[in-house]
Amino acid sequence: MTRTPIVAIAAMLFAGAVTADEMEYMPPVTHAATLEECSACHLAYPAGFLPPRSWTAIMATLDDHFGENAGLDAQTRAAIEAYLVANAGRDRSTGSAVVLRISDLPWFRHEHEEEVSRRAFEKAKSWANCSACHEAAEQGNFDDD
Amino acid sequence: MRHLLVLPFLLLATPVAAQSTTAAELLAKYTAEAGTEASAERGQALFLASHSGGKSDTPSCTTCHGTDPRAMGQARTGKPIAPLAPAVNPERFTDLKFVEKWFGRNCTSVLGRACTAAEKADLVAWLSSL
Ligand code: HEC
Ligand code: HEC
Ligand code: HEC
Repeated sequence: MTRTPIVAIAAMLFAGAVTADEMEYMPPVTHAATLEECSACHLAYPAGFLPPRSWTAIMATLDDHFGENAGLDAQTRAAIEAYLVANAGRDRSTGSAVVLRISDLPWFRHEHEEEVSRRAFEKAKSWANCSACHEAAEQGNFDDD
Repeated sequence: MRHLLVLPFLLLATPVAAQSTTAAELLAKYTAEAGTEASAERGQALFLASHSGGKSDTPSCTTCHGTDPRAMGQARTGKPIAPLAPAVNPERFTDLKFVEKWFGRNCTSVLGRACTAAEKADLVAWLSSL
């Protein structure tokens, strides 16, 4: 019993490392409405970085989106949700909690926690600011540094 | 170096902005709706003030746009925001739907309510006077 968490964490880290490598290139958003509406405050995050239920949850709470109002009209909202869900990544989570942040996913933490200098992080201000460190993020390239 | 950086952000600011309106047209429209003269001073005061009715992370327009609308701002995510003053950013106030969407979002975030037509007129008057 006491060993289970350790095994689980090791497995998670291992899975994280493997999947992060698969993500050096992540197809950028091509859907016009998503590109327009989801790129004003940050990079239009590629759909493949989150599983379907994460996108559904995000799109259901746009009026209070990480402390901001990113509300949309019903038609645009539905079109964007359909695009994101159709192009979403695989669901690798085990629990029932829905992850809302790419930066909260195990592979992300594993890939970034040791690799990123304090100075680089302070310049970027937030993990959500992918483009500050990944200059070609808009082209889907996350292996440029 | 700085102007090299600004250019792509200007292009990004309003990707599909059809030239549907101008600052002068918007000022006339909001003034007519309000039924009173616009005041650039009131617009400036509203923009620079700290408010308490909205979301705690965004007490002021300056939280994201900075205190000088002729300069770049920064979203809370760190992403740069192109200047709001039409004098330095001609893309501003050229697309009615875009303007209404962001007044809608930003006024709710900062004030906890929509801006009135009079407030919008004041803000456009101040921003386009810079
Ligand atoms: C009004 C500004 C605004 C708009 C528009 C906006 N967002 Fe966000 N978004 C934010 C903020 C603020 C955060 C939190 C950033 C932080 O923690 O630094 C965020 C974070 C996120 C995150 C989590 C990033 C991470 O940490 O991994 C996702 C995913 C996201 N947004 C998706 C979307 C989608 C999809 C859209 C379009 C429907 C959208 N956003 C539009 C402001 C916005
Ligand atoms: C403060 C800087 C910084 C921020 C912000 C940042 N990253 Fe990274 N990221 C790095 C560094 C450094 C690495 C490790 C070096 C590398 O492999 O490119 C990395 C690695 C990665 C990898 C693995 C690439 C590979 O080669 O296997 C992916 C995928 C990735 N980041 C995606 C993101 C996404 C998506 C965001 C925004 C939600 C983000 N990063 C935000 C600095 C950052
Ligand atoms: C949380 C950050 C944030 C706050 C606070 C904020 N804004 Fe904005 N604002 C943005 C972003 C992001 C955009 C869209 C990106 C862009 O246009 O560059 C925007 C766009 C606008 C536009 C669109 C202009 C155009 O035609 O292009 C206006 C007008 C505006 N804001 C006014 C205000 C006013 C007035 C306030 C205070 C009541 C305010 N904003 C507060 C982030 C913010």
